Amino acid sequence: MGLRGLVRWFDERLQLGKPMKAVLEHPVPRQTASWFYVFGSAALTLFVLQLVTGILLALIYVPSAGEAWNVLHVLNRDVSAGWFIRALHGWGSNFMVAIVLIHMVQVFLFGAYKYPRELTWVVGVLLLLVTLGMAFTGQVLRFDQDAYWGLGIGASIASRVPAVGHAVVDLMLGGPIIAGATLSRFFALHVFVVPGLLIAFVAVHLVLVLKLGINEWPMPGRLVRRATYVQEYQQLAHEDGVPFVPNAVGKDIVFSGIVLLAVAACAFFIGPFGPGGQPDPTIIQVAPRPDFFFLWLYATLSYLPPSYETPVLLIGPALVVLGLIAVPFIAGEGEKSWKRRPLAVMAVILVAVGWASLTHLGLHTPWSPEMDAWSGQPIPDKYLEHRTALERQGALVFQLKQCRNCHALEDSGGKRGPPLDAVAVRLTRDQLIRQVIQGGGNMPAYGKNLSPPETTALVAYLETLRPKGEVPAQNASNAAARGSSP
Amino acid sequence: MTSPGETSRRGLLVRIGALFNLVAGVVLAVPIARYLLSPASRKRTRAYESWISLGAVDQFPAGETRLAIYRNPFHTPSDGDTAKVPCWVRHVDGNAFQVFAINCAHLGCPVRWFPQSNLFMCPCHGGAYYADGSRASGPPERGLFEYAWKVESGQLHIRAGELPTPGLTTLGVRRSRWA
Repeated sequence: MGLRGLVRWFDERLQLGKPMKAVLEHPVPRQTASWFYVFGSAALTLFVLQLVTGILLALIYVPSAGEAWNVLHVLNRDVSAGWFIRALHGWGSNFMVAIVLIHMVQVFLFGAYKYPRELTWVVGVLLLLVTLGMAFTGQVLRFDQDAYWGLGIGASIASRVPAVGHAVVDLMLGGPIIAGATLSRFFALHVFVVPGLLIAFVAVHLVLVLKLGINEWPMPGRLVRRATYVQEYQQLAHEDGVPFVPNAVGKDIVFSGIVLLAVAACAFFIGPFGPGGQPDPTIIQVAPRPDFFFLWLYATLSYLPPSYETPVLLIGPALVVLGLIAVPFIAGEGEKSWKRRPLAVMAVILVAVGWASLTHLGLHTPWSPEMDAWSGQPIPDKYLEHRTALERQGALVFQLKQCRNCHALEDSGGKRGPPLDAVAVRLTRDQLIRQVIQGGGNMPAYGKNLSPPETTALVAYLETLRPKGEVPAQNASNAAARGSSP
Repeated sequence: MTSPGETSRRGLLVRIGALFNLVAGVVLAVPIARYLLSPASRKRTRAYESWISLGAVDQFPAGETRLAIYRNPFHTPSDGDTAKVPCWVRHVDGNAFQVFAINCAHLGCPVRWFPQSNLFMCPCHGGAYYADGSRASGPPERGLFEYAWKVESGQLHIRAGELPTPGLTTLGVRRSRWA
């Protein structure tokens, strides 16, 4: 019995040959064999990569708060290619989120969510959520300082849920503090619960794509109407169609290969993510920061006025998800082409620009004080030259009282407060004294923490901080009272 | 044959079977729900907190604020280092103390004490607090969380065991101790 005979033997029993052939060769509109239609299959490829590398990592990983961090180092150093598998999983995760987002934008701009594909879109939104859920829970399994304090941030947000916030925190952490039980439950979520949902949603998503057909290339002016669409699509697929395999699948395969190679290249040349510092809560010299795809959230949290935070945190995500789900029900018919949907294009641009700006800010964190600036970043020489003894004493106060943690001189130091290179041009001596002593505008009051001589010296120094040739700030009313114009 | 309206033997069997499975479902669902909700069950959460010693009082010189570390009273075998919890102890003078949680009242990042400027600063979003824990500036809407404390036979004790989070205090149900 040759190979052909063997295949026939199995197919006689399984009877999968015919339906599989029908699925693979189902006709699709000719123009969907396009480079714009490759992102869905690439996301699926990346998911398979994540499954495989995830299982490989689970062979070694131990979900124990006391041991996980050490085991990550064992993976990085002691297991052959362990670092590479970790890197593949980490980069695969970033690529997967990115490709899912690109896929979503493409589907949105091509109007693919319209009748009869509303449910495909809704399941797609769920897939985006579970993908982000995988990214977040995965970040916790890389159990380092960022993961530990990130959980604290998560708990602080969860605690704001009215009435049941406390129970939500206890359930999220699996106990009263971030500890062993917390990591165990995030492990269960990351390897069982969320992937289970992901597989189920992917299956439904694929069935829908097969049943309803791939979205045809949108032509400006070809409107979707509930009464006629299905018939029009069938006509398009059958009269001007090509079989999915082999005509349309080629570009999918090529792009998936490129994406896999890109992941492998990033993994090989840049390496795995961390782990960062040891997850020991008593090491408090940390500046926790979330992974790339959550930086925008981190930035949003620091720019919101405090009183808006809780409502935005609790209601915002629900509104965003509901808004996304509502898209096909608001605009289920009509124009598909992005060339005739300016609002859709503008919405995408607005979200993209907003997201990119917030992510950029999240990378630079101008709102965080630089905790070591006062001890690690001396005042540049030119800001000390030609100063009197009192002014230099003031410079010392400026450095020692941690002013530099929030205020930069020549771009070195924190960006939390305004840079002070030219503060004397903006504020008069009286205003400087008032600001130092009373604080305000996001600055603590230093009144209790500075002696009068220290304040005098500090203000004397601040008054010297102005670029050459620029006039110091003056109180116009003083000049008016003396009867001369300033 | 059964006439319409009558229950056939097979139909009855299916119904009885469904009923059995419903009963089995409930029997299983109750312990599963209890298991899942266990971390938040009242019996558990009441046991989370207890008085715990931070060490001899003379480790904390009067007028200074020092980092203290305790092992969380409620811990499990897999906790490792995470069972250790840091906190800030301020010895005001005499027998007056303030013990602050390490967690910023904004989003829980660890605040650091700067004795030179008498400020607690948070590395995440720039929250700042004065020496007495009151809010100085930044996004936190309140001062630092404080532990209840007492001095017994020369030892400083605090009532600890749970991660302090901003939402909890407003409830005032179990949270009254977080001043």
